[in-house]
Amino acid sequence: MLTRAYHHALNSSTIAPGEPVLDIVDIGLHFGGVTALKDVGFRVTQGHIHSVIGPNGAGKSSLLNCISGLYHPQEGSIHLHTASGAHELTAMQPHRIARLGVARSFQNIELFTHLTVLENLMLGRHVHMRHGVLASMAWFGPARRQEIEHRGLVEEVIDLLSLQPHRHKPVGALAYGVQKRVELGRALCLQPALLLLDEPMAGMNSEEKEDVARYILDVHELAGVTVILIEHDMAVVMDISDRVSVLDFGRLIADGTPDEVKTNSQVVEAYLGAEEH
Amino acid sequence: MSTFLSLTVYGLADGAILALAALGFVLIYKATQVINFAQGEFLLVGAYLFYTCFVIFRLPLVVAVVAAAALAVLLGVLVERFILRPLVGENAISVIMVTIGLSSVLKSLVQLFFGTSVREQPKILPTTQVKLLGVSIQLDRLLAIVIAGIVLVGFTIFFRRSRHGIAMRAVADDQPAALTMGISVRRVFALAWALAATSALIAGVLLADLSAVDQNIAAFGLVVFPVVIMGGLDSVPGTIVGGLTIGLLKSYVSGYADAGLAEVIPYIVLTGVLMVRPYGIFGETRIERV
Repeated sequence: MLTRAYHHALNSSTIAPGEPVLDIVDIGLHFGGVTALKDVGFRVTQGHIHSVIGPNGAGKSSLLNCISGLYHPQEGSIHLHTASGAHELTAMQPHRIARLGVARSFQNIELFTHLTVLENLMLGRHVHMRHGVLASMAWFGPARRQEIEHRGLVEEVIDLLSLQPHRHKPVGALAYGVQKRVELGRALCLQPALLLLDEPMAGMNSEEKEDVARYILDVHELAGVTVILIEHDMAVVMDISDRVSVLDFGRLIADGTPDEVKTNSQVVEAYLGAEEH
Repeated sequence: MSTFLSLTVYGLADGAILALAALGFVLIYKATQVINFAQGEFLLVGAYLFYTCFVIFRLPLVVAVVAAAALAVLLGVLVERFILRPLVGENAISVIMVTIGLSSVLKSLVQLFFGTSVREQPKILPTTQVKLLGVSIQLDRLLAIVIAGIVLVGFTIFFRRSRHGIAMRAVADDQPAALTMGISVRRVFALAWALAATSALIAGVLLADLSAVDQNIAAFGLVVFPVVIMGGLDSVPGTIVGGLTIGLLKSYVSGYADAGLAEVIPYIVLTGVLMVRPYGIFGETRIERV
């Protein structure tokens, strides 16, 4: 468990727990003739760990890309609820969505491999820094003040994720498991209102998976950050999720608590295949 | 010995200016993956922008520098917005062709407004002779080295340490990830072009002051290619090493051998370097997997 006090709130959402934070309504995403998502809709509640599961190619990552604005679905709507009201995300540029507090990690690590761990994490603070290019060139003055201020939060994230020994190493030189942690850290540095994690435990052994699950739970319990999690390891998903949505062939086939989903016949069929009669 | 020293100073002065020109090229390539064949013309336009502010409008030196820099930034941003941005996603060859076209347009615009004859511009840097290790050398060369050095170091620190510099490197590294960090890729592209135009302006003004305000400035810009290819297309330190190497080499060859050979020697050495290090001295090795 956490042993020291943290000064910065990692969660920037002020929505009350139990209230909806994200409403996905009937989105459809097509690439030419290929339908990646069709009529997918569910609600994500503040304070939940909401898992999205499904076989390979079910559209899980596409869904996350729609939420973070890398893809723009042709149909439906995605509303993010913040203190300043609801924001429609489907037509918004990704960097604007990030400014609303949606942070994410990627399935295949998308870190800035030439930059150090610290620089990667400081980039998570980018949206919170206000000084312009000229101030940045002058360095002394507002730029320096802001960097020092933001470094405080970054150091807490480093502490939280035990990244101390790697601070100044270029990310490309780090082990896979550590890179995954850096990516989680970079998303946390954004002070997310909503955290999207795309297979944070992929390719790990059970011990590393346990560590990552612990980190996610820490973040969740400590800061109350709402998490949308894509994960293949069912034991982990069923263990840590408050709610689970199941996709298959781009359609939502189930949405409920882990126990409800576990016993859903369509889900069992999607994973194990239908029995021949 | 005295010849050697003066050739060294002349070579370093040329080399430092080349490094500045190359810096702009590398900034654009790194951030936006565009190979800008109009970099030499950016030097030319920069020199004439300054000439316009300083000589035609008779602005005081400092004001003229600031005004010309502002115009160069504007030019860089406009070129990015209206010429390069519509080409995002097009193949590299098309983009290269467009920058070659841009170089012709810029060059012709300068000729249209200023003609092809040499323009008189009062010397900015003092041309007094100073003694260095017993050899008399023109002060302006030394000052050019110092100015270019300061600008190069400044840009390098900006690129390495500042938030905007790191954002530019992040975009160069991984665009989708940069977007999800809230970095506006468009802004970074515009910033890269603005900075490139500024460094080209400084290079152009220094060059014009050492030689003359005329069309040859664009031809000087052509040597940027051996510099960046030798140093590595995406390496900022590579521009400094490449620039100084090529500058010194040209100076020595023209001093000890033949001025004609000095024009060719950068390309001969370049070929040699590429045989040993195909990605340049500091360039990143890219292996494309199918």
